Amino acid sequence: MSAEPEKFVPEPERYELRSSSIHHFGLQRRDFFKVMGAGIAIFTVAASPLSAQESGARRQPGDQNQPKDISSWLHINDDGMVTVFTGKVEVGQNTRTTLAQSVADELRVPLESVRMVMGDTALTPFDMGTFGSRSTPYMSPQLRRAASAARDLLLAQAAAEWRTTPDKLQASEGKITNRATGAAFTYAQLARGKTLAHDLPDADPITPPAEWTVAGKSAPKLDARAFVTGQHQYTPDLRPAGLLYGKVLRPPAFGATLVAADLAAAQAVAGVAVVRDGDFVAVAAPTERAAEKAVAAIHAEWKNTPQPSSKELYSYLKKNLNAEESQKPHEKGSVAQGLASAAQRHEQTYTVAYIAHTPLEPRAAVAEWQDEKLTVYTGSQRPFGIQEELASTFHIPKDRVRVIVPDTGSAYGGKHTGDAALEAARLARAANRPVKIVWTREEEFTWSYFRPAGVIEIKSGIEPDGKLTAWEFHNYNSGGSGIQTPYDVPNQFIQFHPVNSPLRQGSYRGLAATANHFARESFMDELAHAAQIDPLEFRIKNLSDPRLRAVFESAAKSFGWPQKKSQPGQGFGMGGGVEKGGYVATCAEISVQPNSGEVRVVRIVTAFECGAIVNPDGLRNQVIGANVMGLGGALFESIEFENGRISNPHFAEYRVPRFRDIPKIDAILLDRKDLPPAGAGETPIVGLAPAIGNAVFDATGTRLRALPLAPRGVASQKPNA
Amino acid sequence: MTEPIHAQINGKNRVFESAPDTTLLFALREELGLTGTKYGCGEGQCGACTILLNRTPRRSCQLSVSDAAGKSIITIEGFEQHGQLHPVQQAFLDQGAFQCAYCTSGMIASSVALLQKNPNPSAPEIVQALQGNICRCGTHPRIIAAVQQAAKAMRGRTS
Repeated sequence: MSAEPEKFVPEPERYELRSSSIHHFGLQRRDFFKVMGAGIAIFTVAASPLSAQESGARRQPGDQNQPKDISSWLHINDDGMVTVFTGKVEVGQNTRTTLAQSVADELRVPLESVRMVMGDTALTPFDMGTFGSRSTPYMSPQLRRAASAARDLLLAQAAAEWRTTPDKLQASEGKITNRATGAAFTYAQLARGKTLAHDLPDADPITPPAEWTVAGKSAPKLDARAFVTGQHQYTPDLRPAGLLYGKVLRPPAFGATLVAADLAAAQAVAGVAVVRDGDFVAVAAPTERAAEKAVAAIHAEWKNTPQPSSKELYSYLKKNLNAEESQKPHEKGSVAQGLASAAQRHEQTYTVAYIAHTPLEPRAAVAEWQDEKLTVYTGSQRPFGIQEELASTFHIPKDRVRVIVPDTGSAYGGKHTGDAALEAARLARAANRPVKIVWTREEEFTWSYFRPAGVIEIKSGIEPDGKLTAWEFHNYNSGGSGIQTPYDVPNQFIQFHPVNSPLRQGSYRGLAATANHFARESFMDELAHAAQIDPLEFRIKNLSDPRLRAVFESAAKSFGWPQKKSQPGQGFGMGGGVEKGGYVATCAEISVQPNSGEVRVVRIVTAFECGAIVNPDGLRNQVIGANVMGLGGALFESIEFENGRISNPHFAEYRVPRFRDIPKIDAILLDRKDLPPAGAGETPIVGLAPAIGNAVFDATGTRLRALPLAPRGVASQKPNA
Repeated sequence: MTEPIHAQINGKNRVFESAPDTTLLFALREELGLTGTKYGCGEGQCGACTILLNRTPRRSCQLSVSDAAGKSIITIEGFEQHGQLHPVQQAFLDQGAFQCAYCTSGMIASSVALLQKNPNPSAPEIVQALQGNICRCGTHPRIIAAVQQAAKAMRGRTS
């Protein structure tokens, strides 16, 4: 590792591979001014095959013959309002605000002048999806380049009016000022009556973070007032005229197939449309209650197949490798030799349970067909992927499918698939009316998908002075994100082993980086204790990456590491790492309750560095939020299943963090104005689980190697520790 | 045909057309268009559907329209008065106490109810009052700060 910003590896995350890959460009350029009115427009072209994959178009790398593709655009109208179009979506990570800040900053306009149009397949250019902490590092510079080109165009316009040259002029506060005369044109005046459209030059320079004025400062969430007054309309809040409510007949178990269905009783309910299409059986009714009654009236016969249960999960994962998807290991030196030469050798196995995203807004969609065209509103991270799914399901061209994503009640990686959209569209087609589907919480817990469970095996050797000599790491099923060790080890063998998962699984905030960091950072703690070296000192001794050292040292300093225990049951631990260009270290203080063994997290300090910070207040919200969310997966969240059924599909049985669980949390943000900004929605989650596990060991002498760590408390091995 | 059910909703007399056994949440949202109150679980476990029924915080997914007969209901749309946000709404704005904000309506309703009963709650009392409201984005510390800010503002207003 080095001080350079982490290089992006141009290989999509494992769980994003099913993203759609077809270019789509809804609003044609020739129609642009008809829709937007007069003004100045800048079309951002994808600068490289890599960014074309992200937004704009999918091309084979090396194919230079196709025209450059539009990946975003920006329009300044004759009121001076700036409208920005991007296929990214807002799901609570505050990207609507941070992208608008970047545009305002680059165009030299107040933030209030920028309006973002996001995630609408008819208006915004193709985008792969909002995931992988990519909006800030990839979309933000694109929008900045568009804004920078627009600024150049405005300067040129003003220069022509004044018969001078742009270098004599200055852009600020939505105006071009002539420095010699003090005369000024507003952007509105310059845009009036124009229909100027420019494609963006490939390498328009953008403002470096040290010179930012709007970005780099805290800005409140755009449209915040609509959220505290209940006026913002999420997908489930839409009520088009003639709306029907959809309800799907769910199979009794995973893997069950429909043998027979008697629909007569459901069809007899007044105003109800009933659909059977293969194994899909669903109804649409004028009220939710009528839909529920109609579904309950269907007599269905299902054929079940044997399904694995969570009791045998970890042995199942080891036995069911997916050979077709097997991946090459990362190898360096010789682990065998490194182990042979070590003073101490250790090995250990860690496990991670399936967990659910449980976004508070369940999967939902409102679909309507008009003149053989389909419009679907849905809370999703992949509007273009879902457009593709719908087009292919209904055998219609993509230009007849419009998917719109209202700002959504969170996702956390859980809203990549278009299940609710497909269901609502199928029912709307049958009923010839708009149909709304809002999944129940039980459906959410059962029929969405989960963060992958996993088994992780590690072997390592250390020198007498605590230097690592060898590192062998195998992850079964949970994934390859964050699998590489950031520590200096001369001999490494690291491999991800894909498995035929017993449950439907997919993306989750941080993907497998949480599992891999849990195992790695717990094991580092075990090694530190084996070497009798302080866990911070042990990490620093094996770490040359200055950015990662900086977050560990800054978290430790703010936390007051090392701390002396002042009461029984108290313990301290740390964990951290680097992922998706973000560097994180978390220290945790926990307390084990004397009788119940319940683990309570008392205090968390997380230091995070993701290059230049765009919106410090928004970032703080994300870092604290990631820790709260991570606390659930660390301590008690676990999906239990048996005979093809989820055993705990309700909040009453599946415990998520609530107010009483929330410790004091300090977020230390390291602002690196000398580095481009990286994404921040995911990485701050990875340090907490190992920090808590290591703190439990510190408190009790009991080493916990399974996530969740202590759903039913922990027994102490050192009564008076 | 049963008698129509009346209730006072956000200060106005309204008549429900929905059947009496319809959940109050569905009737408020889908019949009356008061969609600020959210469905989160339908099991009374998450608090997203919290409303004030005769000034008491209740889970509207656990009530039916008949439970509201003759009563007063305040939903998130009813807290703003004459274009002025309620101090709790203002405090949520000032503290940035939301991310996706899907839980916010329920959080605000529960917080208003708390402050009506207890104008100077301690942090543990706020935690107790909001324990039934789930926020998945993890904005809890700011929500507590917002309730404290609102409590201070409301005490200042009435003294």
